[in-house]
Formats: sequence, C-alpha cells, structure tokens
Amino acid sequence: MLYREAGQFRSTYAEDMQIFPIRQDRIALMLLLAVGFVVVPMVATQYWFSALLIPFLIFSLATLGLNILTGYAGQISLGTAAFMAVGAFMAYNAQLRIPGIPILASFAIGGLCAAAVGIVFGLPSLRIKGFYLAVATLACQFLVLWTINRVPWLTNHSASGVIAAQKIEILGYTFDTPASKYLLTLSIVALMALAAKNLMRSETGRAFMAVRDMDVAAEVIGIPMMKTKLLAFAISSFYCGVAGALYAYCYLGTVEPEAFVLDISFRVLFMVIIGGVGSILGSFLGAGFITLVPIFLNLGTTFISDRFDIEISHALVSNMELITFGGLIIFFLIVEPNGLARLWQIAKEKLRLWPFPH
Amino acid sequence: MSVALHQHPRAHPVGEVLLSVENVSLSFGGVNALTDVSFDVREHEVRAIIGPNGAGKSSMLNVLNGVYHPQKGTIRLRGKSFHDMVSHEAAAMGIARTFQNIALFKGMTVLDNILTGRNLKMRSNFLQQALWWGPARREELVHRHAVEEVIDFLEIQHVRKTPVGRLPYGLQKRVELARALAAEPKILLLDEPMAGMNLEEKQDMCRFILDVNDHYGTTIVLIEHDMGVVMDISDRVVVLDYGRKIGDGTPEEIRGNQAVIDAYLGVTH
Ligand SMILES: Nc1ncnc2c1ncn2[C@@H]1O[C@H](COP(=O)(O)OP(=O)(O)OP(=O)(O)O)[C@@H](O)[C@H]1O
Ligand SMILES: [Mg+2]
Repeated sequence: MLYREAGQFRSTYAEDMQIFPIRQDRIALMLLLAVGFVVVPMVATQYWFSALLIPFLIFSLATLGLNILTGYAGQISLGTAAFMAVGAFMAYNAQLRIPGIPILASFAIGGLCAAAVGIVFGLPSLRIKGFYLAVATLACQFLVLWTINRVPWLTNHSASGVIAAQKIEILGYTFDTPASKYLLTLSIVALMALAAKNLMRSETGRAFMAVRDMDVAAEVIGIPMMKTKLLAFAISSFYCGVAGALYAYCYLGTVEPEAFVLDISFRVLFMVIIGGVGSILGSFLGAGFITLVPIFLNLGTTFISDRFDIEISHALVSNMELITFGGLIIFFLIVEPNGLARLWQIAKEKLRLWPFPH
Repeated sequence: MSVALHQHPRAHPVGEVLLSVENVSLSFGGVNALTDVSFDVREHEVRAIIGPNGAGKSSMLNVLNGVYHPQKGTIRLRGKSFHDMVSHEAAAMGIARTFQNIALFKGMTVLDNILTGRNLKMRSNFLQQALWWGPARREELVHRHAVEEVIDFLEIQHVRKTPVGRLPYGLQKRVELARALAAEPKILLLDEPMAGMNLEEKQDMCRFILDVNDHYGTTIVLIEHDMGVVMDISDRVVVLDYGRKIGDGTPEEIRGNQAVIDAYLGVTH
C-alpha cells in the first residue's frame, strides 16, 4: 500500500491529535506488533531470543530512557549504566526482602529507586550544562558501582558480589523459556514506549523540549526549570532502571556489578546518536542497529574466511566493530545529527509525494 | 506609515497604574545599564520605550520580568512591591514577552511552540499524560482550541505544523508573539517586534499589536526604533539614553523635548 496522506482529512482537532494521525502509520504499527507478538515467537530460535531479540528490546528501553533525558530535555548523561544497575539490584532486593511481592512490582521498585538516584545526580544540572554535567553524571557511574561492591546488604552478602535473579512468576505462570522472557520483555517495552510517546506529545514533553531549546525563554513563559529538569532525570532513570531489571532477570540471569560498566553507558549513548536524538522510533532503530552490526560483521567475516580460505582473527573482527561504530558516529554527528529516525522521515516524505515531487 | 489606529472610543480605556518601576539601577561589572530609572505603566495602555542603541531598553524589559535582577530599586505590580522579579513568577502574574533576538524553541513546531505558552494553565500531571488519560487528554484538546484561536488571529494557519527553525524571520517574530498571547497575559512586553521587517510585515505587526490591545485590553510595553510606528500607536513614551530616563510623556510631548532631540542627534552632554 502506498504511503499517502492525501485524501485523509482530519476535521476535528481530536482527530489531528491522535497518536498516529496517518492511517498507514497505524497499520504499520499494528503489523509490527503482530509480527513481534505472534510471528516471531513462532519462527525464532532460542539463539535469536537470547542473543538478539531480548538484548535488543532491553537496550531499546534504556536508549528510550536516555533519549528522554538527552534528546528531549537536552541534558547529557553518562550515568545510564548506573541507573540500570540500581534498577537491577533494587529489583533483586525487593524480590528478596518483601515476601510475596509480584515480580512486576519489583521491577517498578527497581525503576523508582533508579529514579530517586537520577534525581540526586540530576541536581548538578540546575547549575551546570554540557561537558561539566557529563562529568558529574560520570561520578554517578563510579559511585553507584562502588556502593554496590561495598555494601554487602545490596548483594545479599554474596562473596563475589554476584546475584542470581529469582525466577519470574506472574499469576502462576513461570517465565523460564527464552520465548516467554522475550514476550514479557516485549510487553513491558511496548507499553513503556507508548507511555513515553504520550508523555512527549503532552505538556511534559513540550516543557522538556522548551528547556532544551532555549532555557531563558522557557522560564519566561513560566516553565519551572528545577522541576522540569529533575522530572526529566527521574523519568529517564526510571526507564533505565526498568531496563536494568529486565537485563538482570530476562537476559543475564546472574548479575555482577561489572555488568553495568561505563561501556554500557557509552553504548546506549551511541544508540541514541545513531538512532536519532529526540525520537522514540530512533531509540529502537539505534538499539537495533548497534545490536545487529556485530552479528552481521560476524556473518560477513565468516563468509569471507570460508569463501576465500583466509584466517580472520577474533581480535580483528571486534576491532572492525569498533571502527564501524566510530565511523558511523562521526558520520551521524556531522552529516545527520538526527540519526536514522531522520533518514527514515526523509524517506517517508519523499514517498508521500512520489511520483510527483512538486 | 498608515495603519489602523486605535478604535474610537476605545473598548478598554486607559486606566489606573498597573505596573511601576521606582529608582531602578542595574549594572554589569562596570557598565551601568540602568541608572535610577522610574516610570509607570497604566492598565490597557500602549507604553513605548525608546532610545539609542545600548540605552538600556532591553535591560529594562529584562528587569520587568525577572531575567535581570537590579541592584537597586523597586518594582510595583498591582500594588505589591518587589525588589526584583523571578521569571516564572512574573509569568504566573500575567506578564508575557517577546525577545529582541527571537527566542523560539527551534526544534519544535509552530503549534508546539504556541502550546508551551499555555503551560501555566495546564493542570494534569505527568502520569495522566503518560496514559493519555481523562484530564490530560481533555486538557490537550481544550488548549488546542485556544491555541487555534491565536493562530487564526495572527494568520499563521498555513505553518502550524512547520518546525519554527524553517520559517522566515518575519513569521518567526509573529509566532513568538503568538506564544506570548497564548498565555492570555495582562501585560505584554515586546522587544523590537518589528525590527528587520519589511514595510508590509511592519504594518501587519502594528495591526496585530493594536488589535491585541483593543480586543483583549492587554497592556503593552513596547520597544521600537521606528519613530513613525512609536508615535502612531503608543499612548505614552519613555526615553532612555545611557541608562538614564531623559523623557517621559505623550508622543507630542516627546517630539518637542529638547533632551530627546539632542540624544537622537548625537549631541554630547
Ligand atoms: N547580560 C549583559 N551583560 C553585560 N552587559 C550587558 C548585558 N546586557 C546588557 N548589557 C549592557 O547594558 C547596556 C544596555 O544594553 P541593552 O541591551 O539594554 O540596550 P538596548 O537599549 O536594548 O540597545 P539596542 O537598541 O541595541 O537593543 C549595554 O551597554 C550593554 O552592553
Ligand atoms: Mg535591545
């Protein structure tokens, strides 16, 4: 079906304010959800679930979280992994220490604790911007990991600091297969993405963007700076916290604090940049892209080495991965700061007018 | 320049003093931007501030809505006095403004920019918004209607979905006025709303300013360099030079004021 806006007249503001005003977008989303919930579980292998799809979804959620803060509210952060760690370890503690608590409530507690930490480390943003703020959030990264390593209570006195995620049970059903964990993750991520989309098209989202684009003007029209910035940190960290909990429960299973090193923060930041700063869709594109590139590189090099009978070392492959990411990030920062999401949008605009570009 | 002047009789005749500044002094390091300036603004009035470049006009507006904080002086609004204002509190008290260098939110559409102007009227919390539930949804719709009225009033329907960064300068100025109007302010501070516009755009802008004043009774404080415009649309004029007030009165009085003539002719004192 052609992607056309022509002929779809919206006669009321309510229609114009729908989440996806263009019919083709609504259909595409429905199809995508159908594929995600029905088709994928039928065709995917164990490996797909646990090595590809689940991490892709979890990183999409973390990227969405960072995008709310950096893309929408304009506050840079390198603390993503720390907020994820808080989410993971606090969900674990909630599950461990509160008898009979539902697992989803534990995830929410993980997210709320991350939000609280986010607010504390967001306080410097009231005074400083850009590079200096990035350094302040870096402090959060180290402080959180240090705390988890040093406070035995947080890891239930585990000698190595490693925790084992409890089993996931909802209404008597145990999520123990990769497919079931995938479906759980997908449901949570889809709902939270919907909430993010709603939030960003409401007053809160506009306040975030106003603060990002011109903070003096934002204050002058009555947007409270402190509340807005701290809310951005809180919501963003909540998303990262839930992503961290899912990372522990649906992906890793056993978790050490070192699972949340600075590398992860950077990886999520790259996903934001490549996917598209200030775009919900971009968060998914960026996460998908960065999750898939190593796999395609692997396939490609295996193919080449088989075909031409050359030995390609693992070191070379992982270096190529880094070089590819580095190159892409430079490309996007210089050529298309709004990332894949913007490229997609341009393609859609072209398609909308095709075949008559005028 | 021929523009529609105020309707006669005016729907909202000039009333009591609404806002006044008393002995305000503001300096930046060694630079005295304002020295001991006092004047008042009456309700429903169009009050112009004029003066040569660097006279302190923009600084004065910035003091009025809390962007700058004067070292000395008092600001009185509806009988309450303040040593200085806080931006978002000034907004809550009904002061809206536009800036000399357009201060729109570049990454947002015209519609979203104008909607931000109504943020103080929105009551739903972020959880309701995340769920697009009940009050949040109803509120978006109500405010969308209000914003569309402003859009119609300023004749910018055709660009409502355009990111403001892509608009030409004259239209951006108009969108900034729309954002200020969306707040339904009691007092509107306009910093050179017509600067850099061609004649036609200036006439449009003049008409909009007068219409705002006539229809909504909004009190307007306006900085403008174009003397023709100032003389045409303002009720009273304050003249600043080197941060001091050198004249204050009706356009006719200002025209005949020797100190003002000297300042504009560049006579040194
Ligand atoms: N933020 C600031 N920091 C330092 N000096 C400032 C600042 N704002 C204004 N000034 C100084 O205060 C004086 C008055 O500036 P202001 O912008 O108020 O003048 P103006 O009358 O608006 O001039 P123009 O017609 O050029 O807009 C100038 O000397 C200016 O350099
Ligand atoms: Mg000025």
